[in-house]
Amino acid sequence: MSFFGRLSWNAIPFHEPIPLITSLVVILAVAAIAIWVWRNGWWPYLWREYITSPDHKRIGIMYIVLGLVMLVRGFADAIMMRLQQSLAIGASQGYLPPEHYNQIFSAHGTIMIFFVAMPLVIGFMNFVVPLQLGVRDVAFPTMNNVSFWLTASGALLVNLSLFLGEFARTGWLAFPPLSEKAFSPGVGVDYYLVALQISGVGTLLTGVNFVTTILKIRAPGMSYLRMPVFCWTALASNLLIIAAFPVLTATLALLMLDRYLGFHFFTNDGGGNSMLYMNLIWVWGHPEVYILILPAFGIYSEVAATFSGKPLFGYRSMVFATLAICIISFCVWLHHFFTMGAGADVNAVFGIASMIIAIPTGVKIFNWLFTMYGGRVRFSVPMHYLIGFMLTFVIGGLTGVLLAIPPVDFIVHNSLFLIAHFHQVIIGGVVFAIMAAYTYWFPKAFGFTLDERLGKAVFWCWFIGFHLAFMPLYVLGFWGATRRLQHINDPSWAPLLNIALLGAVIIGLGIVLTVVQLLYSIRTRDRRRDVSGDPWDGRTLEWLTLSPPPHYNFAVLPDVHGEEAYWTRKQTAIKEEKLIPEPDYQPIEMPVNTPTGVIVAFFASVCGFAIIWYIWWLAILGLIGAFAIFVWYAWRDEHEHIIPVEEVRANARERRRIRMEHLHTVSQST
Amino acid sequence: MTTEAATIGLTHGGSEDTGLGNRGPESKSIVVPYGFWLFVLSDIVLFSALFATYAALVRATDGGPTTNQLFDRNLVAIETVALLLSSFVCGLAIIFAKRANMLWTQVWLLVTGLFGAIFLFIELYEFSKMIGEGAGPQRSAFLSAFFTLVGCHGLHVTCGLLWLGTMMAQVWAKGFQQHILRRLLCFSIFWHALDIIWVAIFTIVYLIGTLP
Repeated sequence: MSFFGRLSWNAIPFHEPIPLITSLVVILAVAAIAIWVWRNGWWPYLWREYITSPDHKRIGIMYIVLGLVMLVRGFADAIMMRLQQSLAIGASQGYLPPEHYNQIFSAHGTIMIFFVAMPLVIGFMNFVVPLQLGVRDVAFPTMNNVSFWLTASGALLVNLSLFLGEFARTGWLAFPPLSEKAFSPGVGVDYYLVALQISGVGTLLTGVNFVTTILKIRAPGMSYLRMPVFCWTALASNLLIIAAFPVLTATLALLMLDRYLGFHFFTNDGGGNSMLYMNLIWVWGHPEVYILILPAFGIYSEVAATFSGKPLFGYRSMVFATLAICIISFCVWLHHFFTMGAGADVNAVFGIASMIIAIPTGVKIFNWLFTMYGGRVRFSVPMHYLIGFMLTFVIGGLTGVLLAIPPVDFIVHNSLFLIAHFHQVIIGGVVFAIMAAYTYWFPKAFGFTLDERLGKAVFWCWFIGFHLAFMPLYVLGFWGATRRLQHINDPSWAPLLNIALLGAVIIGLGIVLTVVQLLYSIRTRDRRRDVSGDPWDGRTLEWLTLSPPPHYNFAVLPDVHGEEAYWTRKQTAIKEEKLIPEPDYQPIEMPVNTPTGVIVAFFASVCGFAIIWYIWWLAILGLIGAFAIFVWYAWRDEHEHIIPVEEVRANARERRRIRMEHLHTVSQST
Repeated sequence: MTTEAATIGLTHGGSEDTGLGNRGPESKSIVVPYGFWLFVLSDIVLFSALFATYAALVRATDGGPTTNQLFDRNLVAIETVALLLSSFVCGLAIIFAKRANMLWTQVWLLVTGLFGAIFLFIELYEFSKMIGEGAGPQRSAFLSAFFTLVGCHGLHVTCGLLWLGTMMAQVWAKGFQQHILRRLLCFSIFWHALDIIWVAIFTIVYLIGTLP
């Protein structure tokens, strides 16, 4: 083995124009942005306020930026696949050879789940949960920063596979025996495995962090049954992370042992059993979809209550439904492979368990509907997404119940029907929620609202584009189209595939309009300032503080009365036409910045890269570096810095002044 | 504000009955071990996946050696005693750390590490003996699962020893500050959790595996 392991000049795709040009464009774009930031002198600011920050709000924003950037990458993969399927019909072979096409659908799935949906959901939890709980940060702020950078490290490695070597051609879950060394000897599967292992550690630490935060760090008076539903769903989601992600780590480690050391877990020979991998990966994989959708349900709950001007209907049933889904989600994994042949009894048990999940989910749908019923509904952008979600998700849920019937599943297993189903629940459920949350909490993060008109245009692009792109796939699935086809033999499928392509283009237009909306809103921010900190007439504690909130969120931890912490307080203030008496301000202790996270992620990336390419000396150096930085961090003496009471008081008085003005306008208008 | 929790589930709206969990943020001495316990639980979930794998593959010997032909109860008994003693001594170290007794804390931490090293040494001896007999992890799915499950525990013990060494240096350099004591407590949670895992390995792998 040479000094650089498997790495050589052949790793760069000189003979493949598509990845080569993409690589060059991406490298140039990243370099251009870096130089632009440097010329504006923003690096010190970014380093201080974002990269090394333990502030949950900043970390949340970094997660969301990562997720949105990766969304563009994942969408580029999607539109390439749609284009290929529309072109490669009958005699035509399209423009993507099979080995490239296979990498694209694998990268699309991997990126969309691990580096789009997860960072976005975790990003919103980061930004919102401590604010809603009325506290100053998460339980372990530095670890939070480490989590983010490990996720970013995984994303970096996946994208590196575009420039150096290849990505997996195995689909997004890398099923053996195809993913074994014998059938995938290249670096693609190794990129997949190492990237997910690194980002998986980050996610697990997030899970630990947020369960601890939600259960142990809440404002005084914020009892369990006073927590906003988003916090409950975040709790359920993070409990699932703690219980499910270690299984992913173990499963991927077993596959790595097969590939690197010749073990026989999932191989065809030596007594290995590839169905064991299916079972293990879906023990993680099914809870994973609930890790994504539960916080989405939480977002819809916040949106429904705020924009209907009513408390959430059936708060307690919402909590119970969330926890029921949390538990049942661990009892259904086998429905992903009814065709394994476990027998009618086993399949029936898992089929029924899968259908049972529809019950708590149905409870939630009715709760949102009844929240709107009789309310003063404002049809803002987040409300559009809520209604669009309810229409879309119910159909997606019903096709899910269909798929949960084993005999039906035998017919449509691995067909485009399945593809349509899970895109319907993930786009209609998770992505719509993310777009709603983006619009809803943007003013809290940056102090000005996003443009409403463009926001609605984006919504319609997603809504119409989604249905055009995926409804045809249900039909194609029934006609017998399997997933991941690089070439279409039957020319009669062409019209539906073209409609799907049109849908993808419309979604693409929505993504472009999102960027336009952001740029336009930044340019016109002066006339869309959120002065009061409460632009939507909100009900939860994040609207109590200013927009953007100070580093420490609240000058004094709010004393919570009633189920809707901020709403109760606001109504009392409006009724009595005065704020609560000025509290006794104290100096505030906040955690200090640290570059630990970014340095650990650097060493993790180096180590991961070395493992992928068999550069063992570098891998060992990377591990030693990561350990050394931990010890260095553990040796620190300064843990917190103090924000002087004068600063706290001055900020709080300013906020009270704004609030008083706001109060006068409100009381005059009522 | 009333703080009675008795009426949980019976209140609604703006009632002043706050229900459970209204005390406000907990102190670091609660939050840190709590978070660490969650991490340990996640680690146990990881092992549960490895146990499941082992159980699924234990008969997949591919014509190679079976559990009865490989395992030596006596050796495992010594290993077990070393690990359990190590945990006991770790408990002693924590007691002395709480009394801020530098000498005995360091002594017992050192003894903890020595017992851990003995355990690890025996395990490595067992592994190398098996590999020498042609019963390495590449031989069959069963042996892959065995080496991974037991080896993963061994890897945890190794990491624990690294952590222990770092902690001893920290206690030496920084004394018994609050955050150092919290870390010591977390280390001892980790070390005891490895015992729990080992008891399961001892039973499921070695005891059941050497039944006649």
